[in-house]
Amino acid sequence: MSYGTTGSACRALLARDLRLLWRRRGDALNPLLFAFMVVALFPFALGPDPALLARIAAGSVLVAVLLAGLLSLDALFRSDLDDGSLEQLVLSPHPLALLVGCKIFVHWLTTALPLVLAAPLLGELLHLPAQVRPVLLITLVLSTPLLSLMGAICVALTVGMRRSGMLLTLLVLPLYVPVLIFAAGACDAAQNGLPTLAPLLWLAAGLVLAVVLAPLACAAALKISLS
Amino acid sequence: MRLPSPNSQADGWPQTRSAAAMAPTLRSRYDSRPMKPTDPEAPALLEARGLAYLRNDEPIFGPLDFALRGGEVVLMEGDNGSGKTTLLRVLSGLLEPSLGEIHLQGQPLTVARLSQQVALLSHQLGIKNELSPLQNCRFAIGLCGLRPGITPHHALLSVGLAGYEDVAVRQLSAGQKKRVALARLLLVPAALWLLDEPYANLDRGGIELVNRLLELHARRGGAALITSHGAYAYTSGAPRRIELRPASKINPRALAASGSSEAIA
Repeated sequence: MSYGTTGSACRALLARDLRLLWRRRGDALNPLLFAFMVVALFPFALGPDPALLARIAAGSVLVAVLLAGLLSLDALFRSDLDDGSLEQLVLSPHPLALLVGCKIFVHWLTTALPLVLAAPLLGELLHLPAQVRPVLLITLVLSTPLLSLMGAICVALTVGMRRSGMLLTLLVLPLYVPVLIFAAGACDAAQNGLPTLAPLLWLAAGLVLAVVLAPLACAAALKISLS
Repeated sequence: MRLPSPNSQADGWPQTRSAAAMAPTLRSRYDSRPMKPTDPEAPALLEARGLAYLRNDEPIFGPLDFALRGGEVVLMEGDNGSGKTTLLRVLSGLLEPSLGEIHLQGQPLTVARLSQQVALLSHQLGIKNELSPLQNCRFAIGLCGLRPGITPHHALLSVGLAGYEDVAVRQLSAGQKKRVALARLLLVPAALWLLDEPYANLDRGGIELVNRLLELHARRGGAALITSHGAYAYTSGAPRRIELRPASKINPRALAASGSSEAIA
């Protein structure tokens, strides 16, 4: 095994973050339980009418997934900042944006991917129409990484402050709203038998932009937070 | 020359069989390393010219001029709040200096940052409590590279943590955590060590260990800048190891004093 190359640094970081999450796997399940709770509460509040639930199913699942993602966002860089690991990452001879990208990927893999996988079940709880299910899955696959990437920028900006939770929410929500609109638009179109390609392409374009630019913005924001 | 012998009696560490068996190989490994002669013509490992840092227009330290050559260990002394930690953060590249410039082996710091030359040990040790010392060391070498001729096991043995490789760092004492961070320094290939209060939290054996590691590092041609407010290294009864701090171009005492007077003014 080689050491000191950028590849080995990314590998080491991925392995370490996954191992740390495995040590705290109880916490890692929180977003999933939260999304299930939110979705399960809708029928209680609105009544068990299948037609009504089917109409709101896709939107409810999207909102539940979005809020569940917010729940774990603050922890993205917090522990690394507290124990000095973040300093070591910044001082390492490798591009910080790449290392931050690895951290965001692990975050998405462990918090958003379980939600995407659970989405069909969440939809089933709300009588999600069968023709919407694939579209909902595609929108989630496109929008959850987008949410993680944009959320990471806001976390990087606020990680230097104590009790930044409220500020983080305020910063993140305006960025999340367009994603939610396009995702809900795609599901709505599928429900009404309309073409869904345009909103999905918008989401994909946003994702491509965010994959390239968000790690760079994160790295710059982290350097500001550390100084 | 003393070597970083693991588990010296003063430490009170458990003398494990594996430690005893590995010690000879460790010794020969370090002894066989040739001494790197320091070329007086070569550019200094670290050079600061007119270096100062201001926070909200308040001077934290400086302006400072000093050079650090391979084989030198310089002690930065200063009172609490005199800007020692800030100086190390500026020298490592975490903070931009407000005035002046830093050169690493003749290159401006921003360029040299990418060449694995600086290792920083700050108050936050940069080790994960949930992982074991061995896993922390493996992560460090994955991130920063591995110094030739040493393995994570050897490094942990050298800092007196043999037998603790697989214990979660959370269960170790503050001094033992510091030793894990010292093992990381041994493993990464950086030539310049910036150590912020390396003696804090360490017992007598630990202070001697830091001095031995610094001596070893200097003998291999590395350089170190360490800060201390004096309370840990000297009141503990350990002999003051003046030979670790050959007279550098500047008098570190005067330097720290000028830094603190600036900060007060």
